[in-house]
Amino acid sequence: MNKIRGDGEIRVGVYVCHCGTNIAGRVNIKEVVEFASKLPYVVVAREYKYMCSDPGQELIKNDIKELKLNRIVVASCSPHLHEHTFRKACEDAGLNPFNFQMANIREHVSWVTKDSKEATEKAKAMVRAAVYRVVFHESLERKSQEIHPDVLVIGGGIAGISASLVLADAGKKVYLVEREPSIGGHMAKFDKTFPTLDCASCILTPKMTQVKDHPNIELFTYSEVEEVDGYVGNFTVKIRKRARYVDIEKCVGCYECIEACVYKEGKFPDEFNEGLSKRKPIYIPFPQAVPLAAVIDPATCIQFLSGKCKRTCQQACERGAIDFNMRDEIVEVKVGAIIVATGFKTFDPSRIPQYGYDRYPNVYTALEVERLVNSSGPTGGEIILRDGRRPQSVGIIHCVGSRDKNYNIWCSRVCCMYSLKLAHLIKERTNAEVYCFYIDMRTPGKGYEEFYHKLMEEGVHFIRGKVAEVTDWAVTPEEEGKLIIRVEDTLIGVVRRIPVDMVVLAVGLEPRTDADEIRRLLNISCSKEGWFLERHPKLAPVATFTDGIFIAGACQGPKDIPDTVAQAEAAAAQALALIDRKRIELEPNTAWIDEEKCSGCHICIGLCPYSAISYNEEKKIAVINEALCKGCGVCVAACPSKAAQQRLFLDEQLYAEIEGALL
Amino acid sequence: MNNNNNKFEPKILGIFCNWCTYLAADLAGVSRMDYPANIRIVRTMCSGRVDPQFIFWGFKNGADGILIGGCHPGDCHYIEGNYKTLRRYLLLKRVLKEIGINEKRLRLEWISASEGEKLQRVVREFTEEIRSLGPITEDRAFKLNLIEHKK
Amino acid sequence: MAEKSKVAFYWCASCGGCEEAMVDLAEDILQVVEKAEFVLWPVAMDFKREDVENLKDEEILVTFINGAVRTSEQEEMVRLLRKKSKILIAFGACAYTGGVPGLANCYSREEILNFYYKSGDTVFNPEDKKPTPHFIEGNFAFEIPEFYGRVYAVDQVVDVDYYIPGCAPTRKVVKNAIDALFSSQLPQKGSILGASSKSLCNECPLNETKPEKIYVKKFKRVDKTQPEPDKCLLIQGYPCLGPVTRGGCEALCVKANYPCTGCFGPLDDVKDYGAKAVSFLASIIDSNDEKEIEKIIDEGLSNPLAIVYRYSLPKSLIFDTKIKKNGG
Repeated sequence: MNKIRGDGEIRVGVYVCHCGTNIAGRVNIKEVVEFASKLPYVVVAREYKYMCSDPGQELIKNDIKELKLNRIVVASCSPHLHEHTFRKACEDAGLNPFNFQMANIREHVSWVTKDSKEATEKAKAMVRAAVYRVVFHESLERKSQEIHPDVLVIGGGIAGISASLVLADAGKKVYLVEREPSIGGHMAKFDKTFPTLDCASCILTPKMTQVKDHPNIELFTYSEVEEVDGYVGNFTVKIRKRARYVDIEKCVGCYECIEACVYKEGKFPDEFNEGLSKRKPIYIPFPQAVPLAAVIDPATCIQFLSGKCKRTCQQACERGAIDFNMRDEIVEVKVGAIIVATGFKTFDPSRIPQYGYDRYPNVYTALEVERLVNSSGPTGGEIILRDGRRPQSVGIIHCVGSRDKNYNIWCSRVCCMYSLKLAHLIKERTNAEVYCFYIDMRTPGKGYEEFYHKLMEEGVHFIRGKVAEVTDWAVTPEEEGKLIIRVEDTLIGVVRRIPVDMVVLAVGLEPRTDADEIRRLLNISCSKEGWFLERHPKLAPVATFTDGIFIAGACQGPKDIPDTVAQAEAAAAQALALIDRKRIELEPNTAWIDEEKCSGCHICIGLCPYSAISYNEEKKIAVINEALCKGCGVCVAACPSKAAQQRLFLDEQLYAEIEGALL
Repeated sequence: MNNNNNKFEPKILGIFCNWCTYLAADLAGVSRMDYPANIRIVRTMCSGRVDPQFIFWGFKNGADGILIGGCHPGDCHYIEGNYKTLRRYLLLKRVLKEIGINEKRLRLEWISASEGEKLQRVVREFTEEIRSLGPITEDRAFKLNLIEHKK
Repeated sequence: MAEKSKVAFYWCASCGGCEEAMVDLAEDILQVVEKAEFVLWPVAMDFKREDVENLKDEEILVTFINGAVRTSEQEEMVRLLRKKSKILIAFGACAYTGGVPGLANCYSREEILNFYYKSGDTVFNPEDKKPTPHFIEGNFAFEIPEFYGRVYAVDQVVDVDYYIPGCAPTRKVVKNAIDALFSSQLPQKGSILGASSKSLCNECPLNETKPEKIYVKKFKRVDKTQPEPDKCLLIQGYPCLGPVTRGGCEALCVKANYPCTGCFGPLDDVKDYGAKAVSFLASIIDSNDEKEIEKIIDEGLSNPLAIVYRYSLPKSLIFDTKIKKNGG
């Protein structure tokens, strides 16, 4: 056995549990107790029918007091079951709870060994391992740390808005950061929402206004999170407020500046309208924008390009809100929890050349059509083709970029439903023939299947088959001037050619292009597709593997609005539960660096999955931030100097345990 | 240990991670899946805590075989501790071979918390394999260097 | 000091570099000579075994032994010197951890003798003679030392008081060690004298060139590629053992653009130098793919034993046992 560190007299008590007949039926308890009583440092070894029962625990507590025991071993079940119970018993008797070790002689011995003699020998070995180990145990303190009560929400779509409002209503200060000039996200672009056909802006706009007016929400639009430091309860976040060149405090959204712009007409693709209309270099993204304030795009504004603009906009603004000298600003905030709600992007259909997007002007993405049907959209809600014609027939192609191993294998979950919604709206407004080309119709959700049935009654044509091609190559006179959708109708088993005026591509949902950057910024994980990874797919769907960081909405995977809102509010509740604990208790099995031994060789630093280790330039050694350390011990195993060590899993403890186990 | 009827009973050390393989062993227990009693299980939080020194220490202290158990790649509770284990294991096996210890005496397995059956199968297989290899004292390194093996 | 302290310096299985190290002390050796009287130093002075046998027990203040123990003669001399000395010091890597000769522990006595007296490419031995401890040549019976089956570090044969590491110990380390020995307070038994308590990186001038995190995608060999100067060798992919090796040499090899091979041995509390070297080298391999990791190892660390145990195989945890009667 290794030498013990000088630490006074060591007095071990060993308690062997019968667990009724669970252990005693296979293991000869008497023999094990007899064996244990002769092990080094053991003062007393006892047996009891149920160690976890109150009288069993009393046995330990009395012995601690009367026999002055300072190390306890209980040989019973798995530590996952009762380690906590016995640690508490030690604590109640005035012994530091970490001077305890459990030997698992039920799950790992009596229940898996047929032969009684073998089981007894193995139980002895496990007891000896625990005794050898516990001798090296030391008193440890559970550290706790204060939690900063504020919360950062990244992303101002419906997920971020919902989470922020729950938190703010609960009295928490929220910093909501949105990259675009206005909050609202994808939902703000929609006309109606399925299946109830609520007007999207009628339900979203009030929420956006609430965000703006809420005393507990500090809104950062046109801003990005640039740096996140720290750990659960104590994050420091740097936010870059990009220069908007319009003071949002002064701007009232009167549009005077936009009218006055030297460009008489819009000239640049309007992002909010998916490029279907043109905007000026100074613009307001959409009439319900929050904040309702103009923004100048320096990439198109003459003043920024040449410095020689007449700056008519500035002259037009009575309130003097326009400031061409504005600079990006870095704001630092401290928060205790972070909710990531960065959303998704839609699949770029030009990746599927046979569908003709980018080649035929009358092939649209679904999001473009959303803008077309929207009364505040580029056509005032009129569904017209690029040449101004009203379509007589429309084909909606499902699963564009989804459920296809050439692009994305997953189902994007929302496309069937939004396609049905668009089919309904198109039919309602244009009375065109509408064809839906689907692989499978996926409509699980409250009222969704009913909506599908309604559409079938409305006379929308449903053709089951994956579309092979969209072409303008007419072979019959009636195909002339039309787009022809070639598809195998799998229900009747023939290849069909359906001529239409307009093709709508139901594009799928994808992780944001910069999801990986966000992942690294926050030290969270992504699935291999790029969606942020939840801690557990079923039982911890909004937590991440990094404590204090939660995910909500489509950044975790495709979802519709109700699911997004539910998840966002769940994330808010999780963040609240964390913050309202006020303090967090840290696991004592963290690693630390012995300064006397560390040579600053850097080996451990890159191995830590939590970035808990850093290099102290002054002392020229590695330092472990124990609040970030989760106690895996990877650094300890790698440390070439034995400078990194782990509490509860010291080398000495493990050497002793291994030696004892190999009886 | 050579018992009376002279059948070689190998000693096996299992070093299992707290979150996957140790739980798989618990599950095997709860499901009453029996396996040879030759294995003695020691727990670390992560297989990444397994210092190669523990392997040598185990062999020196009487182990004829050592089984390291960790989470499946991608499932590590500590994100990627198991990959560090994999790297060390692959290099360590080569060193063991050169030293003159049969590298089959060291085995790394990914066994998740839900794989009680896999645990049972691996322990059975490994015990049989080590039994067929014979005592570690028969390995070249032990013979050449007159190393005492704890009985 | 009225009478000079008696000092002995003996060699076992070694290359002679440690003797050089002593001579390298140059004028500093005068300091030693001032305080000490040599009673045995085969490489420099003419003393016989008898002279040592005639000394009283513990009459020698300090004996320095360099080289590992490989033959019966070496074992006998080490035991004799132990008896006659107050302080016995294992001097240099071979005495301390077995050294390069210790790598022979992967081979049996028969394999070694066979190679050197029969199968080796340059061997010419038509009569197939092999050394045997006792043989008769003409009218004379000869006795030569027995060649043991394995190599031992000195502390696997006798009790050792202190260790001076290095292959060979550098001048500064030797001087530090001697200063410590002649100081009024002797260090704790079992101490490593003259060297650092931290690893080589701590004193390596190139440590500052490391990025915060170290990953290696490909290991290289100095005999195949030329390292860039003034840049940490490990981050360039050379398996420099600086992180796992005790400092004190002032990074002489690294300064000559040669990666540390670990002659100063492990740090305090490291039980097995090679295992630790395996651990840190493998940990920084920049891949999570089994096939790729194997490729990186097999291409860059193809003979890992000689890399990680170049000086310490006999002291590896598995091998670390005391000598038995007759050594083999």
